[in-house]
Amino acid sequence: MAERPSIDEHVRGNLPPLSLHVPEPPFRPGDPVDYSYLTIPPAGAQPRPDEACDPAETHPLCHDLIRVLDDEGRAVGPWDPRLDPETLRRMLRTMALTRAFDDRMYRGQRQGKTSFYMKCTGEEATSVASAFALADDDMVFPSYRQQGILIARGYPLTEMINQIYSNRADKLKGRQLPIMYSSREHSFFTISGNLATQYPQAAGWSMASAIKGDTRIAATWIGEGSSAEGDAHAAFTFATVFNAPCVFNIVNNQWAISSFSGFAGGERATFAAKAVGYGIAGLRVDGNDALAVYAAMRWAANRARANKGPTLIEHFTYRAEGHSTSDDPSAYRSAQERSEWPLGDPITRLKNHLVALGEWSDQQHDAMDKEHIEQVKAATKEAEKNGILGHGLHHPFHTMFEDVFEELPWHLEEQAEQAIRERRIKWPTWKEYD
Amino acid sequence: MGLEEAPLSLANAPTKRLNMIEAINDALAVMMERDPNVVVFGEDVGYFGGVFRATAGLQKRFGKTRVFDTPINECGIIGAAVGMGAYGLRPVPEIQFADYIYPGLDQLISEAARLRYRSAGEFTAPITVRSPFGGGIFGGQTHSQSPEALFTHVAGIKTVIPATPHDAKGLLIAAIEDNDPVIFFEPKRIYNGPFSGNYDTPVEPWSRHKDSEVPEGYYRIPLGKARVVREGEAMTVLAYGTMIHVAEAVLAEKGIDAEIIDLRTLVPIDIETVQKSVEKTGKCLIIHEATRTCGYGAELSALVQERCFYHLEAPIERVTGFDTPYPHSLEWAYFPGPVRIGEAVDRLLKA
Repeated sequence: MAERPSIDEHVRGNLPPLSLHVPEPPFRPGDPVDYSYLTIPPAGAQPRPDEACDPAETHPLCHDLIRVLDDEGRAVGPWDPRLDPETLRRMLRTMALTRAFDDRMYRGQRQGKTSFYMKCTGEEATSVASAFALADDDMVFPSYRQQGILIARGYPLTEMINQIYSNRADKLKGRQLPIMYSSREHSFFTISGNLATQYPQAAGWSMASAIKGDTRIAATWIGEGSSAEGDAHAAFTFATVFNAPCVFNIVNNQWAISSFSGFAGGERATFAAKAVGYGIAGLRVDGNDALAVYAAMRWAANRARANKGPTLIEHFTYRAEGHSTSDDPSAYRSAQERSEWPLGDPITRLKNHLVALGEWSDQQHDAMDKEHIEQVKAATKEAEKNGILGHGLHHPFHTMFEDVFEELPWHLEEQAEQAIRERRIKWPTWKEYD
Repeated sequence: MGLEEAPLSLANAPTKRLNMIEAINDALAVMMERDPNVVVFGEDVGYFGGVFRATAGLQKRFGKTRVFDTPINECGIIGAAVGMGAYGLRPVPEIQFADYIYPGLDQLISEAARLRYRSAGEFTAPITVRSPFGGGIFGGQTHSQSPEALFTHVAGIKTVIPATPHDAKGLLIAAIEDNDPVIFFEPKRIYNGPFSGNYDTPVEPWSRHKDSEVPEGYYRIPLGKARVVREGEAMTVLAYGTMIHVAEAVLAEKGIDAEIIDLRTLVPIDIETVQKSVEKTGKCLIIHEATRTCGYGAELSALVQERCFYHLEAPIERVTGFDTPYPHSLEWAYFPGPVRIGEAVDRLLKA
């Protein structure tokens, strides 16, 4: 082998040394926050192409921001979905109920009723308004922060809490981490703890729907952080190749645990701009504007249903709380970020719109909040009758071995007997199925 | 203890009491100080210092181009480590949970493990992939797995699992210095204290355990050398990670004079220590938390049978996790705890 310079003698001639760029978020704990670097276009200024348009026609929107609600609470521009006041109130109620639910479950985790919880505070519109724009039997492949979809589809709160408590009424038999719901009945795919795996699955489900000549489409959600996973590339590639009737949502809430969006490429391009490279339709939407989210999802759903193919929607929003109950965001970001967020709060903005229309009032809003607190409290009490997370006493040990396979092979039979014997030794008074 | 492991200077070296996280952090700091080619990266490891705090303070001390956050892409994390290794760096990537390592498997199995072989030594992958593994923290099926056997099955990868702060530091330093790819699984249940297997008793901190005394500065524990935790005559217990502490507690409570061997490195295994012990005791109990079928215990059982058959006085016992995903609420029914181990011990003694 020829003599080569050692790696510490890399400077050759007068070439400038290379340097590695490591992204750094604009603000760290204690920093004052100034969002003036963000380009926030006025509401109503974005064109709305035909739902059947060539994907390229949408690509300018990948660098824009679709907004409907203006600073005065008016709905403006071509993306205004013109929803009737009753639908608007239902949407507002669903978002507010989601927030009330999150608040109570978070407290429940702190009180030791379960091991883990994840709030979606500030991001309610990205799931609730999306769910309103889909048919109830369109299949959704959510990430872990779309509880709003289940609530919008009428999944009982008590069932959600049973799952969160891993109690004896938990339909998932205590197997899954809290909030990893599943409801086939509500066309809500079982949530994985592994990131972005649902993305190519959604493409596949929608391809199956097309193979079978069905009319249902699929929609799926990931965060901007997990858009870095290879699964996203796989999903977009399959979707564009097969023109899959699928809506891909990237919820850009700025933070993936402690890593800001720059670690997923956000310093260089918008997340919606990925659509350009794959040749699929792309929209970038104000994720704290429920009407804009609704309008974008409706556009994409209509397009998919008309066999015009997939759409990628970036929801530009802000994760107002920690990643989960295991996280402490004050260790890595400025506390001011939340209060200074230039796109406001999705619930407040929809409320202001309804008030501006003369269809809602502060008094009604307060009454609704009180009602939600009571509703969640009642559901919690109901669920607590079935127990809270304990040390596994809620589920017959046999359930641990069921559903590994359709039928129990001999070795799992043996292991199930072992588990039940161990329980009898540890708790001699225990009876199976009590 | 071999000379390598405890040179005279080390025996007298000043020590400090560390928990396992602190010991890992210390090992990384020592190696980054000694070798400018060591780089540390992974999800949340930079500014924040890791979700378990294993890399806390390192970015501040060594700068952003040596300790940094990465995109959430395990294939990228491991693939980039392979590329950096090809350049001549000594990367120490972190995969946040062992359960998240699978998107990186192609880069590990088809690439890192075989670079040396396929290029006849032109290129190597001197990388150490750190990752917390194992259950016992109510992490459900995606934060609890023990996938060590997936890696021990691959030719060209070393697999290391420490059981104490003392070993975590010395083994991690040896792993980083090793020129082959090493999977370094950290038993997260014992990050903050040893674990007896009795989840309903208060957590013991490491500070009360003798093996939390960690030598200051540089020291290495060679890969491929097991640790005899306790000498004994009644049976040989082969285990690693969290299960060392559970085994110690169960056998002490039962008053059994067992010889407990902490394997520390699964590949290459210290077969000499294993063989010598089983030949002495005539009985062998293998314990791991991972699922049973084709688990590392199966390999251990085969090795012991092949090499010690004429010394065995009883069938080899394997105590493991069950062949199910790691459940959330039934976590402690899944975990191979004192009852399951105790029954196996009794069977061995009766034989």
